[in-house]
Amino acid sequence: MRYAVIGGGPAGLYFALLAKKARPGDEVLLVERNPPDATFGWGVVFSEETLGALRDADYETYTEIQNSFARWNAIDIYYRDTRIRSRGHVFTGISRKVLLNILQRRCRELGVRLAFEREVHELAEFENADLIIGADGINGLVRRTLAGSLKPALTLHPTKYVWFGSDLPLDAFTFIFRRNYHGLFQVHAYPFDARTCTFIVECPEDAWRHAGLESASEAESIRYCEALFAPELDGRRLMSNRSLWLNFQTLKQEAWHAGNVVVLGDAAHTAHFSIGSGTKLAMEDSIALVDALRRHRDLAAALNDYEMERQPIVERFQEAALESASYFEQVGRYDGFDPRQFAFNLLTRSRRITYVNLTQRDPGFVRGVDTWFGAMAAGSPDGAMRLSPPPMFTPFRLGGLELANRVASQARRDLNATAQTGTGLVISQFVAVSLDGRVTPETPLFDLLYQDHLRGEVERAHQNGSRVALQLAHAGRRGSMRPSSEGIDRPLREGAWKLVAPSPIAYTPHSALPREATARDIAHLVKLFETAARAAASCSVDAIELNMGHGYLLASFISPLTNQRRDDYGGSLENRMRLPLEVLDAVRAVWERPLMIRISAGDWMPGGVELDDAVAIAAMLKTHGADLVHPVMGQTVWESRPDYRRLFGVPASDRIRNEVGIPTLADGSIATADDVNTILAAGRADLCLLDAG
Amino acid sequence: MKIGIGLPTTLAGVSGELLTDWAKRAESGPFSSLGVLDRIAYENYEPFVALAAAAAVTRRIRLATMIVIAPLRNTALLAKQAASLDALSAGRLTLGLAVGARGEDYQVADVEPRGRGRRFAEQLEAIRDIWEAGRIGPKPAGSGPQLLVGGSSGEALARMARYGDGYMHGGGPPRAFAGAATRALAAWSDLGRPGRPVTWGMGYFALGDGPAEAAAQYLRHYYAFTGPFAEKIAAGNLTSPGAIVDFIRGYEDAGCDELILFPTIPSIDQVERLAGVIH
Repeated sequence: MRYAVIGGGPAGLYFALLAKKARPGDEVLLVERNPPDATFGWGVVFSEETLGALRDADYETYTEIQNSFARWNAIDIYYRDTRIRSRGHVFTGISRKVLLNILQRRCRELGVRLAFEREVHELAEFENADLIIGADGINGLVRRTLAGSLKPALTLHPTKYVWFGSDLPLDAFTFIFRRNYHGLFQVHAYPFDARTCTFIVECPEDAWRHAGLESASEAESIRYCEALFAPELDGRRLMSNRSLWLNFQTLKQEAWHAGNVVVLGDAAHTAHFSIGSGTKLAMEDSIALVDALRRHRDLAAALNDYEMERQPIVERFQEAALESASYFEQVGRYDGFDPRQFAFNLLTRSRRITYVNLTQRDPGFVRGVDTWFGAMAAGSPDGAMRLSPPPMFTPFRLGGLELANRVASQARRDLNATAQTGTGLVISQFVAVSLDGRVTPETPLFDLLYQDHLRGEVERAHQNGSRVALQLAHAGRRGSMRPSSEGIDRPLREGAWKLVAPSPIAYTPHSALPREATARDIAHLVKLFETAARAAASCSVDAIELNMGHGYLLASFISPLTNQRRDDYGGSLENRMRLPLEVLDAVRAVWERPLMIRISAGDWMPGGVELDDAVAIAAMLKTHGADLVHPVMGQTVWESRPDYRRLFGVPASDRIRNEVGIPTLADGSIATADDVNTILAAGRADLCLLDAG
Repeated sequence: MKIGIGLPTTLAGVSGELLTDWAKRAESGPFSSLGVLDRIAYENYEPFVALAAAAAVTRRIRLATMIVIAPLRNTALLAKQAASLDALSAGRLTLGLAVGARGEDYQVADVEPRGRGRRFAEQLEAIRDIWEAGRIGPKPAGSGPQLLVGGSSGEALARMARYGDGYMHGGGPPRAFAGAATRALAAWSDLGRPGRPVTWGMGYFALGDGPAEAAAQYLRHYYAFTGPFAEKIAAGNLTSPGAIVDFIRGYEDAGCDELILFPTIPSIDQVERLAGVIH
């Protein structure tokens, strides 16, 4: 075999040496446009797992790498003039230059032909090669040449970042957050030998502009950052090495090979720098590719195998990297957090690490978070609770109501059966404020008979230690459907009733056309909710939840997809919110106990409500006296584009809670205690709805 | 978890005799169901016709379409065919429906592929009504055949949760099935359906010293429309008893209710060999 490797970074060099080592008879040529010593960037990070793979792949380089390592196990978070340290995270770092030198030496020793300072202009230059390996990075020739076959998708991230080095001696992966007049800046820094560290500065684009960094020279950027982080730098300096402000690009590609050309490392995929995995993934690619080439005689089969092995792994990292990137892009939202919660949120940002993982790594840190959380929940001074339960079992005060724990559940039918699960809050099934507001003939109407029944149920739920929220709603155009056991949104054939909605648009092609609500209908609706709230007070329910989500009547006023009115109740968001807010006001006036509002925080449909709107909606609800927002997703229209990923409702809860400053109940496929504790401790919600599934 | 076997309706050179022999042997084996695939622009037997042939020579085994491409068919006729097969087989039909993935099938059927998702949702909404209303007979026992929905998008999962009895997965390693099944469950719960969806999975196998390369070639050909992905599907073919056992265990751990293993070699010994592995 004749291999031509384009690009002399870690991926290319490591592939070259492994390939040559596997079959010394093969010809391996590596070309690199820069001289051997010209390296850009500072240090790279590896995990223990990667080191194991490097050891198995080539013991010689592993030993050398091992000898040049900086190894540490802590993450430091500097935030609001305090430092929080979390231990148990094992990292190793090495200077990129040292790493390249080790790999180059080994390549020479094994007989790889290294051609430095050779620019490649077209792949045809390697027509003698059996396999061309593109290891020339995200902007390299190989990837660009083959874009038609590899089908790339590039995402440009909104923040600006720059790579510096520093002579600051660190013994931890270090995050620094500093807000100044221009905005919030953050540092990702990690050591790679005893004296030097990589020091990445990241900030929102507007902060970068305000600070004048757009037109700043390298030296000016350094001066600005040195002054900004003077307390942490402690007199040390920042060093540049072609340090330009950039926007990170995430690269995903459908295929990693075409014909006899294969890509690896950054030429195949990138993952945001905040999870520090670029070099790790690149070198693991090299190992997998060489292994696949050894396993198969057929080149196409080998390249396929390589792709099949690596793509799912890389996708998982990219997913985590996207979560992590989006955390840093919006970290300003958490600026008011207590340092312990801030740190917990940061450490669990990518969702790969949960409460349980952190407890295993650093029990002391999690105990500290639990203690703070428990003390905060109990309203006692810090540290007063010496034996703190995990966050899910701490109490929560909703308005004047004390919940025994922070888990909520949704009763399907029988309130009491749900209360027996021990959740602090039980939300009743959908209870209609009027006959035509029922979803199905089985939906309870909030009449005297039901109120009697409810009193008994609430009493038993109280005996179980649960509090009860009565969910009041009007189905609107989603009414007159068959019982849910026969399917959802299947219109009744017999005994159907007339529907009302903001605009005459049927929910499904087969369901009845609703009548457009008149001014009288609207006034009547407000009255219905008000009357129901009054009656609820006599049923000893602890809270009311108004359902303004999932495409039911109040929700259909809020979404522009379903509200096409031209009067005061349609058009602008203020107008579309008019009826929901009138209902809220009327209920608030007669109901003093906690009032929760369920909203669809996204319609999952172009032209519908999006998360930004949901934040504005939640702010209005707060102003009008809502005590808690319970964001759900979708169902506004019959055919939308749902995304049922794990914990799909949590991002909405996170944003609303931390941008509007109102307690939230997170919902959406939350199935484990670990998820509940992670969400609560990270401050992404105040309560979690556990999906009994 | 129940285990079914696919009928060789998409493999080259399969006679009616082989098809019915296959069905009879499967019936007497440890298999819970016979599955069929659906294509139009391909040399395969139409799924309802093939299952009808199988129904005629069996009494016990379930008959499953995995899946039928619904938008290519007239809804009333589709409902009637399914109801007929269900009635003639004494309620043994599991009707899997989806939009399919090949543009070519839409082309030769002269059906506009754009908007197929929405049309499929309308079909799902209609189909059970047709069974229940009775104007288009035969009237099936109960609420009609078990209706499963396939597809991997969020839209597909929402349709499944609204109208289906459960979910049919399109194949892949157990991890892929587990991810899809979790999302199917999330959709089900989010839409407020009581209980949980039934989940079916599928895989391909080729056992014995037969031409493994021919099996792989068939898969490459069948999945050619996926481009380079076809190679991966071919590589995923289960060609040893060990691989099949691992695969079954993986699906079982992921909570799969019924797994159908489809043949890639059109030879009757495949039924016996698979029976030997799963016993």
